[in-house]
Amino acid sequence: MSRTRWIGLGAWSLGLAPGLLLLIRLLGDQLGANPVEELTHESGRWALRLLLASLAVTPLRQQLGLAWLAPLRRTLGLLGFGYAALHLAVYAVLDQGLAWEFVLEDLSERPYIAAGFMSFVLLLPLAITSTRGWIRRLGRRWTRLHQLVYAAATAAVVHFVWLVKADLREPLAYASVLTALLAFRVLRAARKKLSVGTASA
Amino acid sequence: MLIRSRRAHDIATAEITPESTYLRRREILATALTGVATLAFGGARDARGATTPKPPELGPIIESPYSASEEPTSYDSVTQYNNFYEFGTAKEDPAVQAASFQPKPWSVLLKGRLKKPGSVPLETFLEGHALEERIYRFRCVETWSMVVPWVGIPLGDILKRFEPDEDAKFVEFRTLYDPERMPGQKRQTLEWPYREGLRMDEAMHPLTILAVGLYGRELPNQNGAPLRLIVPWKYGFKSIKSITEIRLRTRAPQTTWSEMAPNEYGFFANVNPEVDHPRWSQKRERRLGDFLRRPTSKFNGYADEVASLYAGMDLSKDY
Ligand code: HEM
Repeated sequence: MSRTRWIGLGAWSLGLAPGLLLLIRLLGDQLGANPVEELTHESGRWALRLLLASLAVTPLRQQLGLAWLAPLRRTLGLLGFGYAALHLAVYAVLDQGLAWEFVLEDLSERPYIAAGFMSFVLLLPLAITSTRGWIRRLGRRWTRLHQLVYAAATAAVVHFVWLVKADLREPLAYASVLTALLAFRVLRAARKKLSVGTASA
Repeated sequence: MLIRSRRAHDIATAEITPESTYLRRREILATALTGVATLAFGGARDARGATTPKPPELGPIIESPYSASEEPTSYDSVTQYNNFYEFGTAKEDPAVQAASFQPKPWSVLLKGRLKKPGSVPLETFLEGHALEERIYRFRCVETWSMVVPWVGIPLGDILKRFEPDEDAKFVEFRTLYDPERMPGQKRQTLEWPYREGLRMDEAMHPLTILAVGLYGRELPNQNGAPLRLIVPWKYGFKSIKSITEIRLRTRAPQTTWSEMAPNEYGFFANVNPEVDHPRWSQKRERRLGDFLRRPTSKFNGYADEVASLYAGMDLSKDY
């Protein structure tokens, strides 16, 4: 097996491990006094962590010159989307018991739910167009489209900040990671423009 | 169980750390790494079920007609799922962080508009009152609920011994402030010490108790040992824990959560499915142990006893 294959396999296994652990804890009644809440929180956090990890791949690859990191971006992104879908399913089925009038009320009246929903809606087309076929079909537009992942991550962080009652440490830690990743992109783009400008002068 | 709850973070750090030496030169990425480290270590949840021995059983306890007939929530849930920010902000923190807390000796400082002020040792404070079991519904503002067999004494009976004067219109309560013993107070999550208050008629209501125990035993530390308030028709945050000070006042006291977010938490905080929290619905709740939510009742099901206290008030304004 090639190195890329091994890395892909490793990433999938590591990424699926938290879900497997949740399942084991669920089956063993080890999710604490409020299992639905624990499932919601764990799935939400892993969605966000994997999304941010996916966003960190390109900067790491560029800075370290490790080209083989590249495929991880898609793997981690898809895993993140998977946890987001699980998170949404737990919310709709277990937390709300599929009571649509309450779900709709949440969506329309609770900004933090709306932000989470927005994040999910932004991730959906990215997950769908993550295949080779779509990448080929969309060409350059694919890159533009997939920049939406920054909007999705931002909406997810806002979602987290808004739902906390008093202790902001954790959501702000995620916010600082996202800010750093965004800053890296912006600075790099700016530097590129600058060097292009000087070269043509 | 310790091992289980650390798992996830180990994976995250193991993936990131090896590169850290190189990345230190890159300022932006270094910031990102600091964030990741905070997530991995700072956000780590403490182990659940660090089982401390149960507190000693309490002396004779009499039953009360005020007890609900519902099935009490399990002892484990009642003692391992707590909001007590003085011992950490995650639900499972207080059971762990309060394990070594020493609630004795304890005294209560009584002051303000009463004829017998002073600092009173806990034993004297409780002396002469029969302990009652009160099985009450307990509804948190976060939409979970439980049923707890508290052991306590009606607050009104105790207050009367200290002879409030005519100008006493409100009662203010304060939690112990001692960051060495309550490590959560080392950070400014809330304005310490925690403060709560009741109107005099609420304080004197027979449903309002000062609890010293639950499940027939002394209060576990994480539930507010050695003395806490229980006001069963109000959201849980009104029921202040580990009380060291009681002050009778002419005007309404500032209370911690309403000071922190006045648009979200009012002075009254009566359980009310008709008035939503600005960020979430209060129409339903999840009783710990249940999977699906159930409808929330006005005044947490105690409307017959307490609705008259609020006659003529607009509860959507005085939330
Ligand atoms: C329709 C979409 C979504 C809904 C309805 C939703 C709903 C929720 C709910 C009900 C909570 C728990 C709130 C509480 O305990 O007070 C939560 C927490 C959370 N959600 Fe979402 N969410 C959505 C999408 C997302 C997405 C896409 C992400 C990440 C990419 C995400 C990440 C999180 C995180 C990190 C938490 C906090 C977990 C914690 O407190 O430990 N959510 N969400």
